[in-house]
Amino acid sequence: MYPASIPVDTELFAFTPEPPAQGTVLRRQGVSVTLEGLSKGYAGRRVLDSVGLHLRAGEFVAVVGRSGCGKSTLLRAIAHLESADAGEVRIGSGHVAADTRLMFQEARLLPWKTVLENVALGLPHGLNAAAAALATVGLGGRADAWPSELSGGQRQRVALARALVHEPQLLLLDEPLGALDALTRIEMQQLIESLWRQRGFTAVLVTHDVQEALALADRVLLIEDGGIALDVAVDLPRPRQRGSAGFAALEQQLLNQLLNQRKAA
Amino acid sequence: MAARRWQGWQRSLAPWLLPVALLLGWELAARTGWLSSRILPEPWAVAQAFYTLIESGELWAHLRTSLWRALSGFAIGGGAGLVLGLLTGSFRSAETLLDTTLQMIRNIPALALIPLVILWFGIDETAKLFLLAVGVFFPVYLNTFHGIRSADQGLIEMARSYGLKGWPLYRDVILPAALPSILVGVRFSLGLVWVLLIVAETISAQEGIGYMTMNAREFLQTDVVLVGILLYALLGKFADLFARGLERHFLRWNPAYR
Repeated sequence: MYPASIPVDTELFAFTPEPPAQGTVLRRQGVSVTLEGLSKGYAGRRVLDSVGLHLRAGEFVAVVGRSGCGKSTLLRAIAHLESADAGEVRIGSGHVAADTRLMFQEARLLPWKTVLENVALGLPHGLNAAAAALATVGLGGRADAWPSELSGGQRQRVALARALVHEPQLLLLDEPLGALDALTRIEMQQLIESLWRQRGFTAVLVTHDVQEALALADRVLLIEDGGIALDVAVDLPRPRQRGSAGFAALEQQLLNQLLNQRKAA
Repeated sequence: MAARRWQGWQRSLAPWLLPVALLLGWELAARTGWLSSRILPEPWAVAQAFYTLIESGELWAHLRTSLWRALSGFAIGGGAGLVLGLLTGSFRSAETLLDTTLQMIRNIPALALIPLVILWFGIDETAKLFLLAVGVFFPVYLNTFHGIRSADQGLIEMARSYGLKGWPLYRDVILPAALPSILVGVRFSLGLVWVLLIVAETISAQEGIGYMTMNAREFLQTDVVLVGILLYALLGKFADLFARGLERHFLRWNPAYR
């Protein structure tokens, strides 16, 4: 429970742990993303070679590929953390600056701020909203803890709350679950999925884990040699069954592509 | 329960076993005449000298002067080190302009400046403060600079992507990231300030613990000399406790300081 001095505005973050039934999404707040001829190189090496891509509003897209294939660079270019050498990234209509938030591989919490203050970062009067966001990720009781007192999974949940408190229209996830153990990982995937279904933001998840991509995404992009080698629609019912035939077939298809590439190289 | 309390006592008493044993051995050696009182007076005589100095009010006057010198020297030197360290750490242009010069000055031992300082300021209070300030400046400056520069770039990038910039970014991210390093500099400086003070006060002074000690040497009062030396040890210990208190307060988020 929260101290009485922090009234929690639950209206804003009405969150039910059960995912809502098909089609009953509370609010659609996603934006579309368009990349045109995006190129980026480091020290003479082309990492991205004129990538063109269109993501629909509210779509969950996973980007997979081998290490160093440029998938993180793609994400960072969308987040404007890297400037492209050529080409353009357009988020939404381009007229209004869309709210984009990024989750990093590490939680990147400020160790000298409490969990609650970390979530409220960049929100001058956002302590109430931050407390509510913490509750949605199940950490309402740890508001006054220091980040160093949390486990890795809890830290990533705080980072998720910090991203969500801004009500982003576009959420970029840069392998945020890579360092977590298998069980925590599946829990986090379920949490991210349910929050995405509830709020309908556009999500781009970079991962090296094909199963994770298939468990979460509407669409999986495979990056190879600086371009999109494969663009697969994942038309499986949610929540995804990892053992199902459709899941296994898609997983095999993606893995074959990834492994063939190794043979070629 | 009783056993645990006994263990707690043991743990808090154990660090004092060696000092007490040394003290007893010393007293014994002096009593039996192994140690001449010209070389080392017995602890009891030192305690008596201590008491006499307190009673006459002499000790307090010397202590006050020394403390004042240490504090103002530390404030001037440490303050300048902090400001310049923040400046060169935060702005490349300031680093280009200032850092080479400061690194050159750093390689001159503060005590090597004594002849020059005496020529410039004479032998009065300004000379002593100058020496202290110069000596204390560099540990604070270097550690502040290093702390700012080694701030976690990932955190800065994250904060920028969450819309922080300018002063809020500095206050909430860069400065707290540099604080552990800055406090190391402060702790080091607080140790150094006593060393410099002893030298500064032995040059020429009419008051202060260093003066008291040097004066006692003239009259072969070894007991008073020892009182002075012990006072420096005590002051150093207190300064260190103070610095550790600062760390424990400001770095309480860090498990290493809790």
